[in-house]
Amino acid sequence: MKKIRCALIGSGNIGTDLIYKIQRSPVLEPVWMVGIDPESEGLARARAMGLKTTAAGVDGLLPYVLEDNIQIAFDATSAYVHAENSRKLNELGVMVIDLTPAAIGPLCVPPVNLREHAKKVEMNVNMISCAGQATIPIVHAVSRIQPVAYGEIVASLASKSIGPGTRANLDEFTYTTSNAIEVVGGARKGKALAIINPAEPPMLMRNTISCLTDDTPDEARVTESVLAMIKEVQKYVPGYRLVNGPLFDGKRVTVFMEVAGLGDYLPKYAGNLDIMTAAATRTAEMFAEEILAGSIPLKPVEVAA
Amino acid sequence: MSEVDLKGRKVIVHDMCLRDGMHAKREQMSVEQMIRIASALDDAGVPYIQVTHGAGLGGNSLQHGFAPHSNEEYLSAVCSAVKRTKVSVLLLPGLGTMRELQSAYDCGARSVHVATHCTEADTSPQHIAYARKLGMDSTGFLMMAHLNTPEGLAQQGKLMESYGAQTVYITDSAGYMLPADVKARVSALRAVLKPETGIGFHGHHNMGIGIANSIAAIEAGASRIDASVGGLGAGAGNTPLEAFVAVCERMGIDTGCDLFKLMDMAEDLIFPLMDHIVRVDRSSLTLGFAGVYSTFLLHANRAAERFGIPARDILVELGRKKMIGGQEDMIVDTAMTMAKERGLLQDAAAGVAP
Repeated sequence: MKKIRCALIGSGNIGTDLIYKIQRSPVLEPVWMVGIDPESEGLARARAMGLKTTAAGVDGLLPYVLEDNIQIAFDATSAYVHAENSRKLNELGVMVIDLTPAAIGPLCVPPVNLREHAKKVEMNVNMISCAGQATIPIVHAVSRIQPVAYGEIVASLASKSIGPGTRANLDEFTYTTSNAIEVVGGARKGKALAIINPAEPPMLMRNTISCLTDDTPDEARVTESVLAMIKEVQKYVPGYRLVNGPLFDGKRVTVFMEVAGLGDYLPKYAGNLDIMTAAATRTAEMFAEEILAGSIPLKPVEVAA
Repeated sequence: MSEVDLKGRKVIVHDMCLRDGMHAKREQMSVEQMIRIASALDDAGVPYIQVTHGAGLGGNSLQHGFAPHSNEEYLSAVCSAVKRTKVSVLLLPGLGTMRELQSAYDCGARSVHVATHCTEADTSPQHIAYARKLGMDSTGFLMMAHLNTPEGLAQQGKLMESYGAQTVYITDSAGYMLPADVKARVSALRAVLKPETGIGFHGHHNMGIGIANSIAAIEAGASRIDASVGGLGAGAGNTPLEAFVAVCERMGIDTGCDLFKLMDMAEDLIFPLMDHIVRVDRSSLTLGFAGVYSTFLLHANRAAERFGIPARDILVELGRKKMIGGQEDMIVDTAMTMAKERGLLQDAAAGVAP
């Protein structure tokens, strides 16, 4: 079967884990990896896995986009450089999946709104954050049953799974995730909290999702909706597991989740890495299927000066 | 008590009643109470006071409780009530943001503790740099410091200094450290930080040695001490400020505070507003003994009541799982898991207590 050829921008934890996820895809093929440090472990691993690499940033890739027929790029760099990367790639007709908190394109959480995005021609979609991918499906599972006034999520992450880019820019993570709890999750107000825990052995990613509903929650329907949503997420992240709850307390619904990764690049505790890369891969696959079927014609984007 | 002569040493005290003390009040302090306490601290010559939700900027949440007022409301009221004392705030990256720091500054806050877990200093560069840009007195605050070695803490402190922190704190959030632990950590910091970078110590009284630990810190080179009048704070409270100032006076350490005014304040203002007696008791001693974050105390008591698991069992389990500050959600989670194991709670999809 024909595959859509992909480039990975950024050779950190997320970019490197993406190689594994994309290599397993029936419709995607990882062809290029772009970094900025010739000595980086991610680039070395990419070369060993048969990818072409450049340490000259996205500009090092641009001359090869057309001859190598790159149609989808994953950007796992940082919010600060994403807009420029995306503009350059879009100009060459490459669709960009944004894994930074830049969020210049529409926000995507696969089990909530991927189908909507796939129908349109989106040249840039944003994957929010690992915590967003792990928690927004649950917020949505509650808000599709009854109105949610406030959604709050707490993500606990193993210290070893958080790279230097995320650490240096925690506020962007907070802003982007809080906003997405509202825009995609359906809560009128959203708040995201992140905790980085250095325990050894490293803890599995944990997420606690709390929603305040306008009226007393319908316990049976909310529970059913949450359990159904967990099954949807498990289709692409098998280690997504309910630990406790839903716990009902007045108008508050609380769900305690755990995410184990597949252990591709980082060990299983880094479920945060997996849920992000798996969601991005699933999103790209949906677009790839449309491209292969000829229903999305990718055209260079004219950029107004 | 001390082998080192501390006569004439100057120490800057920083009162925590209106921030750490919020934990002991389940975040329920009124603006009027804050103004009264802040004015008394100002009048007693306390140079710095911290004012926010117990969890700092961005603290209002289901996770940490909702105070009746926003941080901005408390800060504006207190900042316009005090004459000499500087008002500070707490900011934990991952919870509070630079937007909230700007807003606190606009309300009159001029000092900030930027707090990270003791191994995660590299999550604070944005916030420390932003505080410096605003011209605030900027502190890097290494929490749960017993969980890192003196050498490890020295490296973390050095990082915070490189981001712009003017002071680095050893923060004994669990009230676990013994005086020798404090000395080793402060000495290690002193050995690597620039001479102009200050060192501070923030103690909790869970093992009854908040004052002894603070003196040990001063002996090793600390010049800033966090404490709270009447010990109003999380767990068994912070180092009691009036008692610390009394010890300093006897030792010839200069705090610039009026001891008798602080004693009167503890008796007349702070003790009457306590919801429970803040002291070393079974639960708070468990925190200190097991090395658990002091703020977990009241949460664990509530979870104990709800799920029928003794608070001490929950706290010890949280210590074993190495839960850190900010993971208050894991208290209910742990209590539920323990209740299931003990046959007190049914399956995962029916989290309803029997």
